[in-house]
Amino acid sequence: MVRIDGKGNSAGLVRVRDLDKIYRRGNEDIHVLQGLNLDIDAGDFVAFMGPSGSGKTTLLNLLGGLDLPTSGSITVAGDEITRMSAGKLTSWRARHVGFIFQLYNLIPVLNAFQNVELPLLLTKLSRAERKKHVETALAVVGLADRMKHFPRQLSGGQEQRVAIARAIVADPTFLLCDEPTGDLDRKSADEIMDIIDRLAKEHGKTVLMVSHDPRAAERARVVLHLDKGVLMEAAKAGVGA
Amino acid sequence: MKSFRLVWANLHRKKIRTTLTVGSFTVALFLFGLLAAVRIGFRGGVDAAGADRLDVINRVSLILPLPFSYRDRLLRISGVSGVTYANWFGGVYQDERNFFPQFAVDKDTWFDVYADYAVSPEGREAFLRDRQAVMVGRSLAKRFGFKVGDRIPLRGTIWAGNWEFNVAGIYDGSQPDADTSGMFFRADYLEERRAFGKGTVGWYVVKIGNPDDAVRVTKAIDDLFANSPFETRTQTEKAFAASFVKQMGNIELLIMSIGAVVFFTLLLVTGNTMAISVRERSGELAVLKTVGFSDVRVLRLILAEAVLIAGQGGFIGLALAKLVIPGLSRALPMLGALYVSPLTFGLGFVLALFIGTAAGVLPAVGAMRLRVVDALRRV
Repeated sequence: MVRIDGKGNSAGLVRVRDLDKIYRRGNEDIHVLQGLNLDIDAGDFVAFMGPSGSGKTTLLNLLGGLDLPTSGSITVAGDEITRMSAGKLTSWRARHVGFIFQLYNLIPVLNAFQNVELPLLLTKLSRAERKKHVETALAVVGLADRMKHFPRQLSGGQEQRVAIARAIVADPTFLLCDEPTGDLDRKSADEIMDIIDRLAKEHGKTVLMVSHDPRAAERARVVLHLDKGVLMEAAKAGVGA
Repeated sequence: MKSFRLVWANLHRKKIRTTLTVGSFTVALFLFGLLAAVRIGFRGGVDAAGADRLDVINRVSLILPLPFSYRDRLLRISGVSGVTYANWFGGVYQDERNFFPQFAVDKDTWFDVYADYAVSPEGREAFLRDRQAVMVGRSLAKRFGFKVGDRIPLRGTIWAGNWEFNVAGIYDGSQPDADTSGMFFRADYLEERRAFGKGTVGWYVVKIGNPDDAVRVTKAIDDLFANSPFETRTQTEKAFAASFVKQMGNIELLIMSIGAVVFFTLLLVTGNTMAISVRERSGELAVLKTVGFSDVRVLRLILAEAVLIAGQGGFIGLALAKLVIPGLSRALPMLGALYVSPLTFGLGFVLALFIGTAAGVLPAVGAMRLRVVDALRRV
């Protein structure tokens, strides 16, 4: 169940209250998010849509602990991340969040295996255990045979699949996807959405996705619209307002 | 260590840039090795100087002689355990380019006062037996292929005429790196044949029983000959050697200045390269932070890259210097025994690592402070 009225119970996975984000440009304050409330349960697949500048990516960054709000709170699985120090937030991110970006953001000098292995370098896993995890993640995205390929040797769709493998390899609490199909052709975009869909349905991953693409958003169980920093409306099933 | 592969891979991102930066370190550390070797060459006499030896020269100038009669008076001074003397000869072997130092020394006492020269008993005996005998240094013997029994002709420049010597032995230094590029022959042979300067010596070397007595004995010697036609200036051998080096200019300052300029330039060049490298991949660094790399870890990654570049370049440069400099030393014997000592190698390597670290600090701090959201927006 996803709620945007601030009346969700505390058992939800993500709990956002009175979230404000203001950027200052020169003398001007820009209210990117205004008094936003949001409750998301574990296992939900939520898409955020809205015009450019509506605050979608900012919201995703705040939920992923990459940025701090001007005011308000975000609680994920009982941890209020808006009160964490930068160092703690970094460790929290490593444990709980898998990021998927529009431009894949793979490290070009590392091959697919090494890119996927990156988050595991921060764990205490042995080399053999890391290898097993990476192979499993790459198998989930159908790239078990491309482990030694470098990003430049892969198509856009394959690069994004490596990025998904990197996002899931440490088994995070939820996935944050920022326009995951924004740079792909239709066919590749569908393949990527199939994988994300499968991660949500079959593996029970909580997925929060920002997208401009209505076809991609259709895959989500819940679609939320942001406009000028306010969650304006909710669509599809399971939304309470 | 787990991130080493990432550091290593990043070094191979721009191969030409990395090679050029490593090359800068190679050249700079090669130069460091060379300058340090030249410094050692110039200071060789200073460093090898004995603490228990005093050099007595004419107060007016080193090139003016002292009377032979001073020897016995020096021996009578309390605290003096031995006296020997020497003359600069300045002969030419075949060609003026074949320069090497030659000294006419007292056959009986020279190798006692300079007991740190290793001479075989047979060589010493032959030296005492033959008036034309000469002791040749190991590196000089190597340079011209001199062997015991060979005859060495020299053309005198101070004392005219052709002078012939018989190689009685080869001497070594107490240390493997000691200067053995000269030769010692008998002063009585010089005395016998020279047309002028008879009854004089170039300088005396006084051995003292206790190095702590150096100041007292020095004063006693100079006081003894004060107000005489041949006043003396007495110094410890170290001070004497140092003043000798100084006559050629402040080599040490020159070397230090060149080194400082080179290393400062290297610091700027490497710092700039690292800064460009970090700026180019701010997006990737942001991704690393996104997946959980802490700020400190990112800082360490950048520093490790800088140190690895510096370490590689430094090691290659110093190794090259170690390989090349012995050849240079043979080609330019007037510079003394040139070599890259283990201390020079270690110091150079540490210096390279330090410069690598210093050059990497600012870019690394920049990477550490990088805000993920800002960097991702620029991707």
